[in-house]
Amino acid sequence: MSNIKETSGDWQKRARIKIIQLAIWTGFWVITVAAAAFGPLLWGENNLINILVILLNLGVGIGMIIANINHLKNLDELMQKVQLEAMGISLGVAIVGGITFSMLDTTNVIPFDAEIGGLVALIGITYLISVYINVRRYK
Amino acid sequence: MKNRLKVLRAERDWTQADLAKALEVSRQTVNAIETGKYDPSLPLAFKISWLFEMPIENIFQADTAP
Repeated sequence: MSNIKETSGDWQKRARIKIIQLAIWTGFWVITVAAAAFGPLLWGENNLINILVILLNLGVGIGMIIANINHLKNLDELMQKVQLEAMGISLGVAIVGGITFSMLDTTNVIPFDAEIGGLVALIGITYLISVYINVRRYK
Repeated sequence: MKNRLKVLRAERDWTQADLAKALEVSRQTVNAIETGKYDPSLPLAFKISWLFEMPIENIFQADTAP
Protein backbone atom coordinates (compact mmCIF):
# COMPACT_ATOMS: atom_id res chain seq x y z
CA MET A 1 0.00 0.00 0.00
CA SER A 2 1.42 3.39 -0.94
CA ASN A 3 1.78 5.86 1.90
CA ILE A 4 -1.21 8.04 2.61
CA LYS A 5 -0.57 11.66 3.53
CA GLU A 6 -0.98 12.55 7.19
CA THR A 7 -3.54 15.21 8.05
CA SER A 8 -3.87 17.45 11.06
CA GLY A 9 -5.00 15.01 13.72
CA ASP A 10 -7.03 12.04 14.79
CA TRP A 11 -10.52 13.16 13.81
CA GLN A 12 -12.16 9.87 14.81
CA LYS A 13 -10.70 10.07 18.32
CA ARG A 14 -11.90 13.67 18.67
CA ALA A 15 -15.39 12.67 17.45
CA ARG A 16 -15.53 9.86 20.01
CA ILE A 17 -14.56 12.24 22.83
CA LYS A 18 -17.29 14.72 21.78
CA ILE A 19 -19.91 11.93 21.77
CA ILE A 20 -18.84 10.79 25.25
CA GLN A 21 -18.97 14.39 26.53
CA LEU A 22 -22.46 14.82 25.09
CA ALA A 23 -23.59 11.52 26.65
CA ILE A 24 -22.26 12.60 30.06
CA TRP A 25 -23.99 16.01 29.89
CA THR A 26 -27.24 14.36 28.73
CA GLY A 27 -27.03 11.82 31.58
CA PHE A 28 -26.53 14.62 34.13
CA TRP A 29 -29.41 16.58 32.62
CA VAL A 30 -31.79 13.59 32.86
CA ILE A 31 -30.75 13.12 36.52
CA THR A 32 -31.43 16.81 37.31
CA VAL A 33 -34.82 16.62 35.52
CA ALA A 34 -35.71 13.61 37.69
CA ALA A 35 -34.47 15.45 40.80
CA ALA A 36 -36.55 18.55 39.96
CA ALA A 37 -39.66 16.49 39.12
CA PHE A 38 -39.59 13.89 41.88
CA GLY A 39 -37.38 15.60 44.50
CA PRO A 40 -40.31 17.35 46.24
CA LEU A 41 -41.56 13.87 47.21
CA LEU A 42 -38.42 13.61 49.38
CA TRP A 43 -37.90 17.14 50.69
CA GLY A 44 -41.49 18.39 50.49
CA GLU A 45 -42.46 21.88 49.37
CA ASN A 46 -39.18 23.52 50.33
CA ASN A 47 -39.04 26.42 47.88
CA LEU A 48 -35.34 27.12 48.34
CA ILE A 49 -34.31 23.54 47.51
CA ASN A 50 -36.76 23.39 44.60
CA ILE A 51 -35.42 26.65 43.13
CA LEU A 52 -31.81 25.48 43.54
CA VAL A 53 -32.54 22.12 41.86
CA ILE A 54 -34.38 23.82 39.00
CA LEU A 55 -31.49 26.29 38.54
CA LEU A 56 -29.07 23.36 38.56
CA ASN A 57 -31.24 21.66 35.91
CA LEU A 58 -31.18 24.84 33.81
CA GLY A 59 -27.38 25.17 34.14
CA VAL A 60 -26.76 21.53 33.23
CA GLY A 61 -29.23 21.94 30.32
CA ILE A 62 -27.17 24.84 28.97
CA GLY A 63 -24.04 22.67 29.32
CA MET A 64 -25.79 19.91 27.37
CA ILE A 65 -26.71 22.33 24.57
CA ILE A 66 -23.09 23.54 24.33
CA ALA A 67 -21.85 19.92 24.29
CA ASN A 68 -24.33 19.18 21.48
CA ILE A 69 -23.12 22.20 19.46
CA ASN A 70 -19.50 21.04 19.90
CA HIS A 71 -20.50 17.52 18.83
CA LEU A 72 -22.28 18.82 15.71
CA LYS A 73 -19.34 21.06 14.76
CA ASN A 74 -17.02 18.07 14.91
CA LEU A 75 -19.16 15.90 12.61
CA ASP A 76 -18.09 15.56 8.99
CA GLU A 77 -20.09 17.39 6.30
CA LEU A 78 -22.35 14.46 5.35
CA MET A 79 -23.27 13.76 8.97
CA GLN A 80 -23.92 17.49 9.52
CA LYS A 81 -26.28 17.39 6.53
CA VAL A 82 -28.06 14.33 7.97
CA GLN A 83 -28.43 16.06 11.35
CA LEU A 84 -29.58 19.36 9.82
CA GLU A 85 -32.33 17.64 7.81
CA ALA A 86 -33.46 15.61 10.85
CA MET A 87 -33.54 18.71 13.06
CA GLY A 88 -35.41 20.71 10.40
CA ILE A 89 -38.09 18.01 10.10
CA SER A 90 -38.31 17.71 13.91
CA LEU A 91 -38.74 21.48 14.28
CA GLY A 92 -41.48 21.53 11.65
CA VAL A 93 -43.31 18.60 13.24
CA ALA A 94 -42.92 20.23 16.69
CA ILE A 95 -44.50 23.51 15.55
CA VAL A 96 -47.31 22.01 13.47
CA GLY A 97 -47.96 19.08 15.83
CA GLY A 98 -47.67 21.25 18.94
CA ILE A 99 -50.19 23.83 17.75
CA THR A 100 -52.61 21.12 16.56
CA PHE A 101 -52.28 19.32 19.90
CA SER A 102 -52.87 22.59 21.79
CA MET A 103 -55.96 23.45 19.70
CA LEU A 104 -57.39 19.98 20.31
CA ASP A 105 -57.05 20.71 24.02
CA THR A 106 -58.45 24.28 24.02
CA THR A 107 -61.47 23.23 21.93
CA ASN A 108 -62.01 20.24 24.26
CA VAL A 109 -61.86 17.76 21.40
CA ILE A 110 -59.52 15.58 23.49
CA PRO A 111 -60.61 14.67 27.03
CA PHE A 112 -57.17 15.34 28.56
CA ASP A 113 -54.69 18.24 28.84
CA ALA A 114 -52.06 18.74 26.09
CA GLU A 115 -48.96 18.06 28.19
CA ILE A 116 -45.50 19.22 27.08
CA GLY A 117 -44.27 15.61 27.57
CA GLY A 118 -46.33 14.50 24.58
CA LEU A 119 -44.68 17.13 22.39
CA VAL A 120 -41.18 16.22 23.61
CA ALA A 121 -41.86 12.55 22.82
CA LEU A 122 -43.12 13.49 19.33
CA ILE A 123 -39.98 15.57 18.64
CA GLY A 124 -37.71 12.78 19.89
CA ILE A 125 -39.40 10.07 17.83
CA THR A 126 -39.48 12.29 14.70
CA TYR A 127 -35.78 13.12 15.11
CA LEU A 128 -34.76 9.46 15.55
CA ILE A 129 -36.80 8.30 12.54
CA SER A 130 -35.40 11.16 10.39
CA VAL A 131 -31.79 10.37 11.32
CA TYR A 132 -32.37 6.65 10.62
CA ILE A 133 -33.91 7.33 7.20
CA ASN A 134 -31.18 9.82 6.22
CA VAL A 135 -28.35 7.54 7.32
CA ARG A 136 -29.91 4.68 5.29
CA ARG A 137 -30.30 6.98 2.29
CA TYR A 138 -26.55 7.66 2.06
CA LYS A 139 -25.44 4.06 2.78
CA MET B 1 -21.47 14.39 -10.53
CA LYS B 2 -19.25 11.46 -11.48
CA ASN B 3 -15.95 10.74 -9.81
CA ARG B 4 -12.96 8.38 -10.02
CA LEU B 5 -12.43 8.13 -6.29
CA LYS B 6 -12.92 4.37 -6.07
CA VAL B 7 -10.48 3.69 -8.92
CA LEU B 8 -7.85 6.08 -7.58
CA ARG B 9 -8.18 4.62 -4.10
CA ALA B 10 -7.87 1.06 -5.43
CA GLU B 11 -4.76 2.01 -7.46
CA ARG B 12 -3.08 3.06 -4.22
CA ASP B 13 -4.38 0.02 -2.35
CA TRP B 14 -6.09 2.21 0.24
CA THR B 15 -9.21 1.05 2.05
CA GLN B 16 -12.24 3.31 2.53
CA ALA B 17 -11.25 3.50 6.20
CA ASP B 18 -7.70 4.68 5.28
CA LEU B 19 -9.09 7.37 3.01
CA ALA B 20 -11.72 8.42 5.56
CA LYS B 21 -9.04 8.83 8.22
CA ALA B 22 -6.84 10.91 5.92
CA LEU B 23 -9.76 13.14 4.90
CA GLU B 24 -11.08 13.39 8.48
CA VAL B 25 -14.53 12.15 7.50
CA SER B 26 -16.49 9.00 8.29
CA ARG B 27 -16.13 5.84 6.17
CA GLN B 28 -19.79 6.23 5.27
CA THR B 29 -19.03 9.63 3.72
CA VAL B 30 -16.26 8.14 1.55
CA ASN B 31 -18.67 5.39 0.47
CA ALA B 32 -21.45 7.90 -0.29
CA ILE B 33 -19.07 9.97 -2.46
CA GLU B 34 -17.76 6.88 -4.30
CA THR B 35 -21.27 5.64 -5.06
CA GLY B 36 -22.36 9.10 -6.23
CA LYS B 37 -24.98 9.47 -3.51
CA TYR B 38 -23.27 12.55 -2.10
CA ASP B 39 -21.27 15.33 -3.76
CA PRO B 40 -18.51 16.69 -1.50
CA SER B 41 -18.16 20.37 -0.65
CA LEU B 42 -15.47 22.38 -2.43
CA PRO B 43 -13.09 22.29 0.59
CA LEU B 44 -13.41 18.49 0.81
CA ALA B 45 -12.95 18.16 -2.97
CA PHE B 46 -9.74 20.23 -2.69
CA LYS B 47 -8.58 18.02 0.16
CA ILE B 48 -9.19 14.93 -2.00
CA SER B 49 -7.32 16.60 -4.85
CA TRP B 50 -4.38 17.38 -2.54
CA LEU B 51 -4.35 13.84 -1.19
CA PHE B 52 -4.27 12.23 -4.64
CA GLU B 53 -1.90 14.91 -5.95
CA MET B 54 -3.96 15.67 -9.06
CA PRO B 55 -6.31 18.43 -10.23
CA ILE B 56 -9.94 18.30 -9.10
CA GLU B 57 -11.17 17.93 -12.70
CA ASN B 58 -9.18 14.70 -13.00
CA ILE B 59 -11.16 13.27 -10.09
CA PHE B 60 -14.62 14.83 -10.46
CA GLN B 61 -16.57 15.33 -13.68
CA ALA B 62 -19.90 17.08 -14.09
CA ASP B 63 -22.77 14.94 -15.45
CA THR B 64 -23.46 17.54 -18.14
CA ALA B 65 -21.14 20.05 -19.76
CA PRO B 66 -21.32 23.54 -18.15
